[in-house]
Amino acid sequence: MDQILTVIVDGIFYSAWLFVAAVGLTLIYGVMKIVNLTHGSFYALGAYAGASFTGAWIAAGYPPMLSYAVLLGSAIIITLVFAPLIERGILRFMYAKDEVVILLITYALFLILEDVIKLIWGVDPYFVSEPYGLLGSFDVGEMTYPTYNLILVGIAIVSGGGLTLLLQGTRIGKLLRTVIHDPEVSRAMGINVDRFYLVTFTFGSLLAAIGGAYTAPTVSVVPGLGVEVIVLSFAVVVIGGLGSLPGAALGALIVGLVRSATIHYVPSLELFVIYFVMAMVLAFRPRGLFSLAEPRKI
Amino acid sequence: MRNLRNLATAVAAALALSPVSVLAQDAAPVKIGVVAFLSGPAASPFGVPARNAAELVIELMNAGKAPAPYDTKGFGGSKIETVIIDESGGTTTQVTEFRNLVQRHNVDLVIGYVSSGSCVGIAPVAEELKKLTNFFDCGTPRIFEDASYKYVFRTSPTSTMDNVAAAMYLKDIKPKMKSFAGINQNYAWGQDSWGDFEASMKHFFPKIEVKTSQMPKLFAGQYNTEISTLLGAKADVIHSSFYDGDLEALLLQASPRGLFKKSTGVLTAGETIMHKLAKQVPDGTILGARGPFGPYAPDNVYNKWFVKEFEARYQVPPTYPSYQMAQAIMGVKLAWEKAQAANGGKRPSNEQVAAALENSTFEGPGGVVKMAIGKGHQAIMETAYGLSKVVGGKVTVTKVKRYPAEKVNPPEGVKAADWIAGGFKQ
Repeated sequence: MDQILTVIVDGIFYSAWLFVAAVGLTLIYGVMKIVNLTHGSFYALGAYAGASFTGAWIAAGYPPMLSYAVLLGSAIIITLVFAPLIERGILRFMYAKDEVVILLITYALFLILEDVIKLIWGVDPYFVSEPYGLLGSFDVGEMTYPTYNLILVGIAIVSGGGLTLLLQGTRIGKLLRTVIHDPEVSRAMGINVDRFYLVTFTFGSLLAAIGGAYTAPTVSVVPGLGVEVIVLSFAVVVIGGLGSLPGAALGALIVGLVRSATIHYVPSLELFVIYFVMAMVLAFRPRGLFSLAEPRKI
Repeated sequence: MRNLRNLATAVAAALALSPVSVLAQDAAPVKIGVVAFLSGPAASPFGVPARNAAELVIELMNAGKAPAPYDTKGFGGSKIETVIIDESGGTTTQVTEFRNLVQRHNVDLVIGYVSSGSCVGIAPVAEELKKLTNFFDCGTPRIFEDASYKYVFRTSPTSTMDNVAAAMYLKDIKPKMKSFAGINQNYAWGQDSWGDFEASMKHFFPKIEVKTSQMPKLFAGQYNTEISTLLGAKADVIHSSFYDGDLEALLLQASPRGLFKKSTGVLTAGETIMHKLAKQVPDGTILGARGPFGPYAPDNVYNKWFVKEFEARYQVPPTYPSYQMAQAIMGVKLAWEKAQAANGGKRPSNEQVAAALENSTFEGPGGVVKMAIGKGHQAIMETAYGLSKVVGGKVTVTKVKRYPAEKVNPPEGVKAADWIAGGFKQ
């Protein structure tokens, strides 16, 4: 019984991390129809900024408990530096092009940003482990977990719930759904679609950067950090259905729980299981679990 | 006029055949392709320290400032030049880069490769292109067990040594242990390391229980679920051949959960984190350095020279990848010069250098290196293990035990797995 509980708790923690990493990807695809590979770069940029600023904050002797706010601030700053630049400077000229072309452009940007990261931070690892242990730990059954893990669960709930509320319950959400449905008609109706694209890209990238910043205290922040994340995020959003928020949540939960159960019971299959789930879902629902029928436009 | 033309022709012919011309040809630089991770999680702990060691040692050799017998300038008087390549991008990329090194950069030889995956992929290509290639770090024993090579060498020991010696060390310091578990990366290096360790443990502790073997993906980064499994296993010892950012992430995530306080960690490549994560390494963790490197290096003239020069240049002590790179260059230099001498002082061919390196013995900062197995292409060395102890905020090692090369490496012609299964017969 204890082991089942551990499987569930481990699965939830991993799902929360995955969801935070992936939700921005699905948001940007949902609104802009871009499979945005720079998402991994923003995750890495968030991690580097979080490790650098928080490390400096702690080294300067400021209150360590505020380091959690510094992590958030770091993610916001680094996103505001890079995301509008990329969207306004490059992507907006590409929206009329085929999705595959835009995918290749974001891949090129991903590679460029990897080198930009190396130019700024070098190749040495950055560590900022203090926030991870600062909140102590709690027990579930026989297992001890750092309380810090709950922060990522909180961020996942707030970002997922907040986005859903925004989309479903506000005027901006209604306008955004209009843009999602048909950007051309939205433009004709007087909606500033370009601004929605800019804000969506920046906000989606911010979610990735937040994921990176709050992961930084648990890992060695090194070049290449974003590669693994983009692959996993892509698996999650494909399982859930590209562009679907509930899909991303369900996809993250399925991947997290299946992976956790596999590690606990059949660890040799860990490498295989995530992509097996993805293959199974795509075999029966090629557009993902939460894909909706798309209206044909004449 | 005709006389003048004849004279000019004679002078030109004489110059072409003169020793001056031979010297000029011999003094052409020796171009070495150096390959190590310069990006990605393995860059900081492995690739960059190895690249730094290569640049330092080559610069000192070019200036004739290495201790004897490495004190001739460059390789046999020829200046050494390097073409440095990033090892990241996967095996296919590395095979392409290797071909570029040989066919476009025209390197004379290649020294490199951290990843066992890279080495497995590069070895047959090096053989096909007939280019002398010395693997300085990768550990999988499969390279020379599954095939024979003329142009491929490895001047560092295999992972078999690390894991057999780790089991011997446990036998020495924890003779009553009852169980163990493992977490290793899911590719050649991790699988071979775990296989050798598990088999060795079963030999030394016939009643030992294997609690669990975790094999996460290379560079996975998130290990909380694996840590839960290892905590639940309650094993006496947890073995890991993790290295690079993966080892750092594992320690960062394991530390607040007390994993390596509850179970003794055996980190076969743990030496690389000694200078970075002192707070996350509990006292009593068993640390390996993949040979007699770093804190386990002998007190010889080469080690004193290397540590002094490395610290003066980079302000940090060299870790084992730096040692391995240094000894890889030193071994090839001696072989090159031996081949050159046998060639009447002329620039040796790759075949001649390979013949000189085969079955050779030389001494470097890590001690004596014997090219004793893999038909003279694979090195063996003594090794050592010790327990971590934080002193003054720095990780040191105590209770160090050394194991002779012949005790922790299989004999010539015997596969590591068969040697272990057969009870380590020499």
